[in-house]
Amino acid sequence: MSGLINGVIVRITLRATLSRRRAMLLALPAIILIGISALLSATAATSKVWPPEILGTVGFTVLLPLTALIIGTSVLGAEIEDGSIVHLLATPVRRSAVIVSKYLVATALTIAFAAVPEYLAAAIATRPGSKLSIGLLVGAIAASFFYNALFMFFSAAFRPGRALAFGLIYVVLWEGLLSNLVPGVALLSLGHYALAIANSIADDSALHAYLSTGTGIGMGVALAALSIGLGVNRLSAFTIKGDVA
Amino acid sequence: MTGIEVTGVSRWYGNIVAVNDITMSIGRGVTGLLGPNGAGKTTLLHMMAGFLPPSRGEISISGQATWRNPDIFRTVALVPERESVYAFLTGEEFVLASAKLHELPDPRAAARAAIEMVEMTDAQHRRISTYSKGMRQRIKVAAALVHDPEIVLLDEPFNGMDPRQRLQMMDLLHAQGDNGRVIVFSSHILEEVERLSGTIQVIVGGRLAASGDFRAIRRLMTNRPHVFVVRSSDDRSLGAALIGRESVRAVELTQNGLQVLASDYGVFTRELAGLSRDHGIRLTEVLPADESLESVFTYLLAS
Repeated sequence: MSGLINGVIVRITLRATLSRRRAMLLALPAIILIGISALLSATAATSKVWPPEILGTVGFTVLLPLTALIIGTSVLGAEIEDGSIVHLLATPVRRSAVIVSKYLVATALTIAFAAVPEYLAAAIATRPGSKLSIGLLVGAIAASFFYNALFMFFSAAFRPGRALAFGLIYVVLWEGLLSNLVPGVALLSLGHYALAIANSIADDSALHAYLSTGTGIGMGVALAALSIGLGVNRLSAFTIKGDVA
Repeated sequence: MTGIEVTGVSRWYGNIVAVNDITMSIGRGVTGLLGPNGAGKTTLLHMMAGFLPPSRGEISISGQATWRNPDIFRTVALVPERESVYAFLTGEEFVLASAKLHELPDPRAAARAAIEMVEMTDAQHRRISTYSKGMRQRIKVAAALVHDPEIVLLDEPFNGMDPRQRLQMMDLLHAQGDNGRVIVFSSHILEEVERLSGTIQVIVGGRLAASGDFRAIRRLMTNRPHVFVVRSSDDRSLGAALIGRESVRAVELTQNGLQVLASDYGVFTRELAGLSRDHGIRLTEVLPADESLESVFTYLLAS
């Protein structure tokens, strides 16, 4: 594994991502989530249904993937877009090390900007250290790994603009809409894999995962590994855009 | 064997042929890929560096295929045309990062030497975002050459440089070439490479149109007939004086000034200034009228 993590790439990616203006946007979903939780717990403190509904379903299938999308397409896509990736690729560094290093940075940032806020919001809604808050934290960390793997593949396989567009369509239509309306779709929903993992700890009937914990972990890890593998393959075939219009 | 072998290489995008059946062999020393914009120079360089697969044909560097083979970068360097670098880093951080990515045994020493080589030592602790175009180009070269590569590919390295920086870069490339390295650069401006020596490969419309010694091509260039538009305080007198010169083939008086067909680019441009001074005529504008590169390259091909 150590050969797959390149310290130079990790440091440069971290600085590049946080120094971009987009980084400001990252905190936005988290602030909204915590704001809603604070508001709801102040006005509807007795309800036991809304925290898992809002934080679980909305958090895992909308807020988390959106944050992961912004970060996941930024760590690789932005450098492909402006061409600076060539400085990284015109070296003998293994392409798998480029993908994995950037993947881990994206996942860590998503955990910081989305999974930790999930926990904070749940802690506000219930109490710090509650089963729900711990479950949501663990589930959200899993979701950070799952989603970012997919978006790393998108970044490596498609042009930057398209990667973001496809990612957005996927998040809004597939995860946000279909996976919550059509139970069968949950079997192919990264958000629901994470929900299943969260549910195994939180044990809350309002966290609708529609699938078992084992299925969630197995499918999530398998799809993440597949995405990373395909991403490495696409980056190995990276072409600089030609000068022919 | 150190060198680049290009064998029957074509590259097309849909219906557009960017590179058309090029075969060339590049050895030690400085080689220029010259041609107008869109001629396929960059496409060819990218294929050499393994950032584009040929649609047909083969490219190898020192016997190794380049596509999907990042290991070539142990001995190869690419200086891309696009200016984008990690602008939030200082020059030193950027070159040092490159040295570390190459897993050099002593990255700090290598970075220091590379920065010295491009004479950026004074500015190395500034962020790249504060650099001028020429400085960015130089720090890119330092980062690319930090691992002391045998083969260096540079895409339009003189772009955006002032004449002094250009000379400095040329000296650097020459020094590298004299050291037995294989230096390949592309350029679309013939005048840019006036002081270079070595081999050139002229590429027009995706084809290898001419190849040979710099001096021979340069002579053809400066001796080519050339049309200038000249405006002055007294066009008619200037025209009369000009037609008496050997270097001028025809003069036409137009509403927009004099149109001069010079038979010798170099001699004409040297004589014009002295001639107008002798006649007390003030020059307000001298424009080469057919500076389109295609015309220059077409001329080169015809001769």
